[in-house]
Amino acid sequence: MIVHTQEPILEVHDLMVTYGRKPVLWGVDFTLPSGCIAGIVGPNGAGKSTLLKTIMGLITPSSGYIKLFDRSLDEVRSQVSYVPQRESVDWDFPVSVLDVVLMGRYGKVGLLRNTGPRDRDIAMDCLDKVGMSAYTKRQISQLSGGQQQRVFLARALAQEADLYFMDEPFAGVDAATEQTIIALLREMASAGKTIVVVHHDLQSARAYFDWIVLLNMHLVAAGPTNEVFTEETIQQAYGGRLNLLSQVGDVMEKRAFPSRER
Amino acid sequence: METLLDFLTLSDPNVRYVVLGNVLLSSSAAMVGAFILLQKKALIGDAVSHAVLPGICAAFLFSGSKNIGFMLSGAFVTGWLALLAIDYITAHSKVKKDAAIGLVLSVFFGVGMVMMTYIQQSGNAAQSGLDHFLFGKAATLVGTDLLIFSILAVVLLVVVGLFFKSFTLVAFDRPYAQALGYPVRKLDLLLTSLTVLAVVTGITAVGVVLMAAMLITPAAAARYWTNNIRRMVWLAVGFGAFAGLAGAYISYAAPAMPTGPWMVVVSSAIAFFSFFFAPTKGIVPKMYTQHKNQRIIAEENTLKRFYHLGERNSHFLGLRNADELFAKDELNASSSSSRAALKRLATKKLVVSDGQQWRLTDIGWQKATRIVRLHRLWELYLTKYMNIAADHVHDDAETIEHIITPELERELEHQLGYPDKDPHNTEIPKI
Amino acid sequence: MIAFWIILTGSLVAITCGLLGCFLILRKMSMVGDAISHAVLPGIVIAFLLSGSRDTLPMILGAGATGLLTTFLTEYFHRRAGLQTDAAIGVVFTFLFAVGIILISAFAGQVDIDQDCVLYGEIAYVPIDLWVTANGTIMGPRPVYILSVVLILVVAFICVGYKELKLTSFDPAFASVLGISTALWHYLLTAAVSITTVSSFESVGAILVIAFLIGPPATAYLLTHNLKRMLAITAALGVFIAFAGYWMAYWLNASIAGCMAVVTGLCFLGVFSMQRIRSSRIQPPIADPAAG
Repeated sequence: MIVHTQEPILEVHDLMVTYGRKPVLWGVDFTLPSGCIAGIVGPNGAGKSTLLKTIMGLITPSSGYIKLFDRSLDEVRSQVSYVPQRESVDWDFPVSVLDVVLMGRYGKVGLLRNTGPRDRDIAMDCLDKVGMSAYTKRQISQLSGGQQQRVFLARALAQEADLYFMDEPFAGVDAATEQTIIALLREMASAGKTIVVVHHDLQSARAYFDWIVLLNMHLVAAGPTNEVFTEETIQQAYGGRLNLLSQVGDVMEKRAFPSRER
Repeated sequence: METLLDFLTLSDPNVRYVVLGNVLLSSSAAMVGAFILLQKKALIGDAVSHAVLPGICAAFLFSGSKNIGFMLSGAFVTGWLALLAIDYITAHSKVKKDAAIGLVLSVFFGVGMVMMTYIQQSGNAAQSGLDHFLFGKAATLVGTDLLIFSILAVVLLVVVGLFFKSFTLVAFDRPYAQALGYPVRKLDLLLTSLTVLAVVTGITAVGVVLMAAMLITPAAAARYWTNNIRRMVWLAVGFGAFAGLAGAYISYAAPAMPTGPWMVVVSSAIAFFSFFFAPTKGIVPKMYTQHKNQRIIAEENTLKRFYHLGERNSHFLGLRNADELFAKDELNASSSSSRAALKRLATKKLVVSDGQQWRLTDIGWQKATRIVRLHRLWELYLTKYMNIAADHVHDDAETIEHIITPELERELEHQLGYPDKDPHNTEIPKI
Repeated sequence: MIAFWIILTGSLVAITCGLLGCFLILRKMSMVGDAISHAVLPGIVIAFLLSGSRDTLPMILGAGATGLLTTFLTEYFHRRAGLQTDAAIGVVFTFLFAVGIILISAFAGQVDIDQDCVLYGEIAYVPIDLWVTANGTIMGPRPVYILSVVLILVVAFICVGYKELKLTSFDPAFASVLGISTALWHYLLTAAVSITTVSSFESVGAILVIAFLIGPPATAYLLTHNLKRMLAITAALGVFIAFAGYWMAYWLNASIAGCMAVVTGLCFLGVFSMQRIRSSRIQPPIADPAAG
């Protein structure tokens, strides 16, 4: 069940992604409307983070393309923001909370120039929004998991983008932070921003997201939550892999076969 | 030629010592190195080999002579200390492993340098030759050294043999080994001790700086020839032994040449050769496989073209001319590669030609049918099970049609309920 | 005066290496410094054989080329042949170093490079290596000028690219999303390390280069949570090490480079044990989950 939208803010077209030679995403094709909070949902190893990284240009797809605002990523980088998984970062790194949030401004100030007082004001403002303005001088390893996630969120806010991608922002955070974050996301969405969140908890997914992309190596369903997030589609996504698909993937890997002819 | 004969017959007792010593030390280093490599600790060997210098100097200062037993014990102690220091620093501070290795390596070596200059200035006559430990001097090996090497090498061989299974398991799946109740910490310590022992055995010939290479280079090369760990270890030993032999020969034939660096260059050459040419894993065979796959794709696409032309008038075995076959090339393949594919198909007797025109043979027709059939089956599978719209499935099927095995084909058919029509409502042919 | 020149040279090398080393250890690339400092040897020998002199420019070119070759080969074997990174580094740099030693042995008569000084350097001879202008004025030791230029270049590089170096080290994924090329800054950093290594190599030797690249930054890393302060502490430590190392060598009448490496180790040991003692007295702070 795939519901497409007119004038999408994000268009993923026939996307295929392989690690080495093994396909991890097959023929993923969906669109997202602007101003929604969309959840990318699926079991472990379904390729959720891979999809996000591919959209952000961190992984090159073997085929298919992605359009943001009907353009390629390079043309609209300043309008797009990304919150990586918390685990992917070295939290011992000698930077303070404010330093991290200021990094969100680097794309705007460009090479050679340094961040100025205006960037500082924006950063402080964003820290305030996530309730972290009391911690600006703290080194990031001295924060709890939830606080680290809030700092990352503040950094994304500081980018002043229109489209936000977040990789598992609710993983390993406390209930209070989860509520703060979701309230903030709703506020952003009502201000016209679009937010795409990788999420693995089925229970909360229905309440949090108004658009759902259900994934398990291939696209199971995509569309408004109340239309596509049904017992049947969830069963399809979580009821095990498509056996044949994995087998074909194994053959491709073994024979070092290209995933596209040319 | 004569030198080679002289060398190989080992008629000169000096040569005998050097050759045997070299082979023993390089093969035992390679054996331990295989496990170090698999445990992703390749640079540890570098740290240990630099760290033995202060031990050697201390032993010399303490004993006042170049007694090899003392020196090896001294080297063993500091090599061990260095490894402990690296583990301790990484466990108890935020300093990461790479920095800890570099720090320990340079500081231990610095201590060694200070002691070395001190020895040189103390004017002890026996010190000449101490700096051979820096770059190695295999030619100075004598009978007693050889005895010690043999003992050490045998110890290494026996211990690795005894703990082969445990080392393999720890290298492969540490948590699992722990869960099975293996004494993982003790095994680590044992491997550490063996590493230090191998380094200590090797430094007299290769020197502290290059010893790391004798540990990991043969193992890295061996990794490319097999996936079987037992075979990998033996291959590493073989490569190491050959490098030792070659190094000894080169410095025998050209006495100005240093043995250790040549051993390293020879084993590096083996490694580079392996990276490029080892079957399946090497760079060149990988490129060849890709090339071969492209040729298969081109051939099968040409067969498919015959089928599609035949489908228009249900005359599959009709003669086709070049215009028909290459015009409007839906595959974007260049015409020349299609022509080459056609020639290969002719040699395989899948098509026949009368000079101007070509037609499918019976076997060719069967093959073409099967490819078209797989293409359409896969399209159907994509629409049915993967929710992909019918107008989006063609590109994917273009690839998958080339790789589906007969078993997968049966499975596919079964899951789809033996269908007759593809998503575009064209017929799925049967053979 | 001799002491002054030697300490000045040591300080220049220590500061230059340390500043770059800060970014190396933060990127977990310390061993790249180790590899490059060894691997530049064949480049230096070949440059010497071709140019027939110990002029600085050919040496820097030759060594810079092998430095980049090391990085390239390591990456190539890692990417194309799937060799694990640590093994790739280990295989490549030992090979190049061995080639360098063989070249020295083969052209022993023509190459005025001693095997040992490759490791130790000859900082003691720095004051003798004078720069004399055409009209005969003595301008002081040549290495001091070269190293000063390199230091200025490195400081300029870090000032200009501070933001990018910091971000690509801390969060490479976020950096590339902002359109900052992680690979470009990786190569720029490696190139800077190569140039620094080469110019320092002659005076202090491979081992002290590694000690300076890693020791002061690792010590400063333990002392502060602020990157700018880490760079400042590293520079200060570098000067202290050069100073203390020289006097230690003077009193013990031992290798200057060796003593500087020993002092580097002692500094780290001091800070490390201080922190161990403190952390065993005070319970480690537990991040409060309630505030999270």
